[in-house]
Amino acid sequence: MTLGLAGYYEAWWIQIIKSLVIFGIALGILPLIIVYERKLLGRFQNRYGPNRVGPFGLLQPLAEIVKFATKEDSRPVTAVGPLYVIAPVISILAAVAAFAIVPFGDAPHIFGTRVGLYGIDTSIGPLYVFAFGAIAFYGLMLGGWASGSKYSYLGAMRAAAQLISYEVSQGLALIGVVITAGSLSLTHIVHAQGGMWYFIPQFVGFIVFTCASFAEVNRAPFDLVEADAELVAGYFTEYGGTRMVAYLFAEYLNMMVVSGIAVTLFLGGWLLPFGIDPPAWVDPFIVLGKMFLFITFFIWIRATLPRLRYDQLMSFGWKILLPLATLNALVTAIVVVAVHS
Amino acid sequence: MSWSPGEDQIVVQRAPEPGAAGGAYRAFGETLRGLKTTFARVVEGVTTIQYPEQKVPVYPRFRGRHKLHRFEDTGLEKCVGCSLCAAACPADCIRVVAAENTAETRVSAGERYAAVYEINISRCIFCGYCEVACPFDAITMGHDFELSDYSRADLIFTKEMLLAEPIEATPLRGEGE
Repeated sequence: MTLGLAGYYEAWWIQIIKSLVIFGIALGILPLIIVYERKLLGRFQNRYGPNRVGPFGLLQPLAEIVKFATKEDSRPVTAVGPLYVIAPVISILAAVAAFAIVPFGDAPHIFGTRVGLYGIDTSIGPLYVFAFGAIAFYGLMLGGWASGSKYSYLGAMRAAAQLISYEVSQGLALIGVVITAGSLSLTHIVHAQGGMWYFIPQFVGFIVFTCASFAEVNRAPFDLVEADAELVAGYFTEYGGTRMVAYLFAEYLNMMVVSGIAVTLFLGGWLLPFGIDPPAWVDPFIVLGKMFLFITFFIWIRATLPRLRYDQLMSFGWKILLPLATLNALVTAIVVVAVHS
Repeated sequence: MSWSPGEDQIVVQRAPEPGAAGGAYRAFGETLRGLKTTFARVVEGVTTIQYPEQKVPVYPRFRGRHKLHRFEDTGLEKCVGCSLCAAACPADCIRVVAAENTAETRVSAGERYAAVYEINISRCIFCGYCEVACPFDAITMGHDFELSDYSRADLIFTKEMLLAEPIEATPLRGEGE
């Protein structure tokens, strides 16, 4: 039994059921996101996207899973066996673990007991996400290095530099929110947004966090870790079949985690504006809806912006985002101290 | 000793550097403009033609699969088996074997008729010379272009196949379309 921050106990079996449900929902939504991305990208280019398999092409991910699962399990001669196998596992494990922290609602009474609509509510909140982000980065590094290919190695090196540079700004961008809310617990932060969602007072933090998130999850325009043009997919060049699917799933799951964190910290979590207070069972759908909008924005950006050059990436991260995030944290701290004293 | 470029120097004209604020505004503003551009594509709608269900109508002079013709009143074949089309064919894909019309079996309007008339579609380059060479307008280029098949043998079109009306007519582009 664990004592949640909200001050109530949760039985162990509730936690197991909860984790299974969240895991099931996350992995169930992933294929939908993939097909949604492809269809939306199509619309951005005046075409339909996949629409042949099943009604409106909705069964496309199913067909692709069958395709990937039946592929040959190939491995380069130069690959370092155990690491090559374990790398995608680390990637997907870290992504799933990070997803546990996204709160989908408060802790309503379900069948007489209070159940928190989130995997866990740790007292260190965002730090937990960054910890698992750092572990996920081992998945990329090991995968790229253990493949024994130059493309993969270069991709892994880029991933290392990029993730480290942008994690700093991403973390600093959240400091403002944490200072304003006065808590690291994500549910507390959501409750603190009752008056105003944090993306208005923390606008700079929101912008910096969004930009850094694009880099953290290797999405366009910061996808030069994969850079199909020059690195032919970077760290997972040598991966095929289900192992590559594991990497892809981890990438999209990371996208969901980042959207979830952004929704929780900046867009008011399960709260609705204008004082609308729906029943507790609507909360998860509100969070999912906001995440959906954020992911739409991800895709929109991907359809619009070209990939950055490597030096542009570095100078953008260190010369623009990092000073902005630091300034934001400083100004927020000063304002909070001035208001409270 | 350093080499002097002399008069061949090219002075590159550059726009003034925008500076920090200008650069940030430019990057941000141009990003927003790009987002607007891509969103306009969504509003614009889809221009894809869903091919097997929807087809692009062909122009009247489109050169598709050949057709052989009959006289509409008598039903006799126009082809008299002169082999001029086979002679004109640069790909050498037409084979004609002529036979004499008799009083009992009258196939064509002329003295002779084509007993065998085969076009190897897999060799045909759709140049239309056969149509030009034909003195009786017996062979013309039709509008069908979906000609793929599973074996090469199936792509040799016999006289009966060429005389028959195509099962599914290719849409024809109308006047001014």
